[in-house]
Amino acid sequence: MHSPSPSRTNGATGQPAPAPIVEARSLSLVYPTADNRPVTALSEVDLTIARGDFVSLIGPSGCGKTTLLRVIADLEQPTGGRITVEGLTPEQARLKRLYGYVFQAPALYPWRTVERNVMLPLEIMGIPRAERQARAREELQRVGLSGFERKFPWQLSGGMQQRASIARALALKPDLLLMDEPFGALDEITRDHLNLHLTQLWRSTGKTCVFVTHSIAEAVFLSTRIVVMSPRPGRILDVIDCDLPRERTLDIRESPEFAAIAHRVRDGLKEGHSYDD
Amino acid sequence: MSRQATTNTHTTSLRTAADWGLVAVALPTLAALTQPIGARGGETLGWFGGSLAPLFLIGVVLTVLAGRTAPTRIKGAWTELAGIVLAWLLPLHLLDEGVDLSAGAGVWLFLVAAILQLWRVLGALSARPGWTRSVVVPGLFGLGLLIAWEILVRGFQVPAILLPAPSRIAGALVQHAPVLWDDFRQTVLISVLRGYLLGCGAGFAVAILADRVPFLARGLLPLGNLASAIPVVGIAPIMVMWFGFDWQSKAAVIVVMTFFPMLVNTLAGLSSAERIQLDLMRSYAAGYGRTLVKLRLPNALPFLFNGLKINSTLALIGAIVAEFFGTPVVGMGFRISTEVARMNLDVVWASITVAALTGSGLYGGLALLERATTAWHPSMRRR
Repeated sequence: MHSPSPSRTNGATGQPAPAPIVEARSLSLVYPTADNRPVTALSEVDLTIARGDFVSLIGPSGCGKTTLLRVIADLEQPTGGRITVEGLTPEQARLKRLYGYVFQAPALYPWRTVERNVMLPLEIMGIPRAERQARAREELQRVGLSGFERKFPWQLSGGMQQRASIARALALKPDLLLMDEPFGALDEITRDHLNLHLTQLWRSTGKTCVFVTHSIAEAVFLSTRIVVMSPRPGRILDVIDCDLPRERTLDIRESPEFAAIAHRVRDGLKEGHSYDD
Repeated sequence: MSRQATTNTHTTSLRTAADWGLVAVALPTLAALTQPIGARGGETLGWFGGSLAPLFLIGVVLTVLAGRTAPTRIKGAWTELAGIVLAWLLPLHLLDEGVDLSAGAGVWLFLVAAILQLWRVLGALSARPGWTRSVVVPGLFGLGLLIAWEILVRGFQVPAILLPAPSRIAGALVQHAPVLWDDFRQTVLISVLRGYLLGCGAGFAVAILADRVPFLARGLLPLGNLASAIPVVGIAPIMVMWFGFDWQSKAAVIVVMTFFPMLVNTLAGLSSAERIQLDLMRSYAAGYGRTLVKLRLPNALPFLFNGLKINSTLALIGAIVAEFFGTPVVGMGFRISTEVARMNLDVVWASITVAALTGSGLYGGLALLERATTAWHPSMRRR
């Protein structure tokens, strides 16, 4: 079964919850296949994401975490249920460019310099050139890539490329940042570094982040809430509040609170028998 | 190889130890000295039979010695190159003196040694990056081939009707320059350029359309395979019947030949954008046009250049062949077909030279343009 959808108050301040930024009700997505055995990628998913939260979707491959993110971004269309983004349909939200999406790979265009890659969404929005450049510089500085504006993506390391792609998503100035395993392809040292960077970025900008990962440590370190998912069919098993202080350093991973939450996540994943196969 | 602290500095600086390459050069040289170098006035001529051959020989030996004692391998290679030039000039000198080289094996064995020596020098020079490796080495290689052609044709007195020497072709190029220029203007500047632009432009435009209308791509691609198998000699006379003798029929042949390669390459290029890049554009709410201009066309550039380069040579071939089947009395294909009939093979070869230079010029220009616009592509990146 699926977990009850927590209609909740903002844990950090105790204020009544403002309108949620993402709200899904019995959302499902079934892919038709050639052999007439449709694949259920999402089954009866209920999820509410409050403004300012950092929500991680965690689960083994095939649990639908990326699909759920893509549905929020209107890159996939659900076959059942309801979903709103900022009170709009995902398509309306996409057309109004209300979210920034960071993909598994940096997906920088190799024929553009780093700066012009970050300017790409602004070009499409029709923002004047001077402002485009100012905003690109600002975001590159935010992700620590000042001085690399004129480099081409392939002259940068994998971690720097992914930071550039985060800057590109931030350049849209979205309230909602959707990230699909952005650090999955990076080594652990770079990954730790970028995680620290990301949590500081999230705190300083106050954006809402939805973050897909299959690393428990990464999810616990970054999130305010962790959504545990399970495959076949893709569904939500548990939603775990991660009430560590918002200001986090890498040392927090040694604390007992961290271990306790990680343990709960691991239990949640076990419950879905997701290690069986 | 290393300098030893002996009293005799001369022998220590000679880099001769176990240089089998040099031995390989020395052997044919020594064999050459036992053979006559040719015949003059019906009499066999030896190496020391009253020609300047010994002077050349001494010069070559001196440069080899100088090369061996040069402070660096590269400086040695340049010195030895001077010796090679001297060695290659010997048969040319003897030919000018009226010596029949085909009467003796001496010069030919000597040339074998000179070729081996050139091999060694080019090997040394190509280890040097930059200008030397990219320009000097291929230049010397090509020059070597030309001179070998010259010596062989003149040495064995090959009839010019079969194969003229490069010097004769060069002479014809100069002598017939005005005619060749008119041919060039008619064939390249008028027919090829217009046909090429029409064919490539149409191929590109239809590819953009076929990308929007999937059944067009499905219907056209098999036709593309069919069209690429059409022999140009088959359609050229038909096009001349349809469009007349002037450039229009040549352009039509070129359009038929270039349309499908451009179509196929453009379609391949347009479909080469990755899913993730397309998703990115979708997340920006970019429509078809924006996605095309900002992502899919830049991404397709290497494919487009591929098509353009293939077509540049196809277009030239198409125009020349089409001119065989009817043309106003000017044009490279017309020139080749009429001068062959009149046994003026020098002019034919001069026309072929112009065509070859034009073809490689077009190709090279496009390759440079490609390098300038797709420097980002993995195949072009220079770190």
